[in-house]
Amino acid sequence: MSKDGIDDGGFDFSKIEKRLGVSRRVFLQYCLGVAASLGLSNKAAMAMAKAVAEPKKRPPVIWLHGQECTGPTESLLRSEQPSLEHLILDLISLDYHQTLDSGAGHQVENLKKKSMEENKGKYLLVVEGAIPVKDNGIYCKIAGETMLDLTKEAAEHAAAIVAFGSCASWGGVQSASPNPTGATGAPQVLKDKTVLTIPGCPPNPANFLGTILYFVTYGKLPPIDDKARPKWAYGRLIHENCYRRPHFDAGRFATDFGDEGHKKGWCLYKMGCKGPETYNNCPSLEFNNVGGQVWPIGVGHPCFGCSEEGVGFTKPLFSLADVKTHTPPNTFPDIADREGASGISTTAAALTGAAAGAAVAATVYVASKIKASDGDASDGTES
Amino acid sequence: MDRRDFFKTAIAGSAATICGAGAVQARPNLEPATEAIGMLYDSTLCVGCKACVAKCKEVNDRPPSNADLDNPWDNALDLSSETFNVIKVYKDGNGETKDAIKDGFAFEKRSCMHCVDPGCVSACPTTSMRRDNRTGIVTHHPDSCIGCRNCMVACPYNVPQFEYNNVFGNINKCEMCNQPGVERINNGQMTGCAEACPTGATLFGTRKALLAEAKKRMELKPGDYYEYPRGDVSKPDSVHEKEVPKYLNHIWGEKEAGGTNVMHISSIPFDKLGMPPLAERSASSISETVQHSLYSYLALPAIALAGLSFMVKRNTDRDDEEGTS
Repeated sequence: MSKDGIDDGGFDFSKIEKRLGVSRRVFLQYCLGVAASLGLSNKAAMAMAKAVAEPKKRPPVIWLHGQECTGPTESLLRSEQPSLEHLILDLISLDYHQTLDSGAGHQVENLKKKSMEENKGKYLLVVEGAIPVKDNGIYCKIAGETMLDLTKEAAEHAAAIVAFGSCASWGGVQSASPNPTGATGAPQVLKDKTVLTIPGCPPNPANFLGTILYFVTYGKLPPIDDKARPKWAYGRLIHENCYRRPHFDAGRFATDFGDEGHKKGWCLYKMGCKGPETYNNCPSLEFNNVGGQVWPIGVGHPCFGCSEEGVGFTKPLFSLADVKTHTPPNTFPDIADREGASGISTTAAALTGAAAGAAVAATVYVASKIKASDGDASDGTES
Repeated sequence: MDRRDFFKTAIAGSAATICGAGAVQARPNLEPATEAIGMLYDSTLCVGCKACVAKCKEVNDRPPSNADLDNPWDNALDLSSETFNVIKVYKDGNGETKDAIKDGFAFEKRSCMHCVDPGCVSACPTTSMRRDNRTGIVTHHPDSCIGCRNCMVACPYNVPQFEYNNVFGNINKCEMCNQPGVERINNGQMTGCAEACPTGATLFGTRKALLAEAKKRMELKPGDYYEYPRGDVSKPDSVHEKEVPKYLNHIWGEKEAGGTNVMHISSIPFDKLGMPPLAERSASSISETVQHSLYSYLALPAIALAGLSFMVKRNTDRDDEEGTS
């Protein structure tokens, strides 16, 4: 136990302090925070810290860009956690990334091919951006090859595949109707492989970092839901943790920008907030990690549902959401329920029954007595 | 008068009165009030947020129901003296699809239907239950109520509720937020539940306008988009666009038992949503016809008197015979 109360098992963090330019305390607190948001223990946090501080071999990463605005990469670079981009770049060996590579042209393409060959079955593939499939995918080409072919080629020998951002996860904005290029997500293209998705437009960098830290520490991807999203980040609806939720429950809704309810911070459901049908951790980590309540619902705009397939870019911005939490088995009285009808307890029923039984028995007894005495009396008169 | 003559007179009298009673016109269903107001509940729009339940409790100053230390919030199971409005659920199988009969769920609102020909008004012996001639609101007047609770028996929707836990208990029910002290309708406001509803599932308006709106929705093509109004149907606060579901071609309250001012529409049959089987003729019109026929020209008392007179005469005759023999 060190002097600041964080048990590091006597591990020497002086190297990482130097490397990342942050104090040991800040670094460990950060790892603890990531582990906590993943729902893991302090022990896991230390394992993560050690994995970062003493990487055995940084996993090589091939990072592909398709149809997109590079939002996911941009949000990653601008995250406000301590030296997040340092940590990411330190944690992994980013062998190929079209935005961040300093080289260009044949040089980087050759490097990519070399890395993929050398690290067969060991590298992590990150797909950013949608993949157009119409007309054999000719609407997005890099180095003369279609994104469709490049994705399939890179996925062939990848240890794990992560689709980063809504575009890569399910198609994003370019997959909106009429979708002229047939834009689609990586999981739809790579049907026979498990593609972990981190949707969002742009996605929260913390969701990516947590997943990568888990991968580096344990050598596998974290548990995922039916849409292949990491459960720790996408397990709950925005509506469930929203700080405006009490206003929803009390029926206090803002109806227009700048009206009384809007000024008072009431629920934005009536203005088309998609929080009730969008799974993400924005209310707890805040969208894009900016902090200070600066996320759409925090600044008074209804949630757009950017991370949810079939909601963002699909439903009209101000149309009402389907409320997913308010469906059975949530607590609603059944049609047949009656007030007080089920209120009688078993004990009470038994006691009532016993009392009724006793009364019947007593009546029979008394009746027999009366009969007997009547008989006596009639005997007397008739004789 | 001998026994034979007595019978003749009695039978003739009875026949005359019964024929007279037969000539009395059967009372038809009452017509809706001139400016009848009501609400339209569209089950397909309801998201189960219970904002209407919360608002109702606030407006009518009612406490939460069945709240305890473990669940310190309103847990109303049904209408009660504390709850004038409650959202209930129909659920089948895994309950995954909204408005599906099989493996689905649907919401249903329970509140006073404000019948056009209310059973409670007909059954009330002290006219404590009244139908407002202008608005058609079925109101309760506790100052003349004797607590007989006939209204509870007469209501097919289980609406009037007695405060059993109160020594000086009253009958409580929804009065469309227009009871003395609240008077939202008189002040030009709409009902609390319609105002709170974020989806327009509970819509306020005149019965005529609501019926027209409901009929319009029946005509819409499923899958098309329709601008659903919120609040007051004739001057909505706002509208929202939504895909049209497949409506059941049935407006509950258009004709049931003479019609209601609060009407329901839905995607699944109303018997699944707990609505009672009701014919088009109101129970009060039938019972009042029977009652008024029996009592017209004092027929029933006349028959009763004739019967009693005969009994008395027969008994006294027999006594006389026994006494003289």
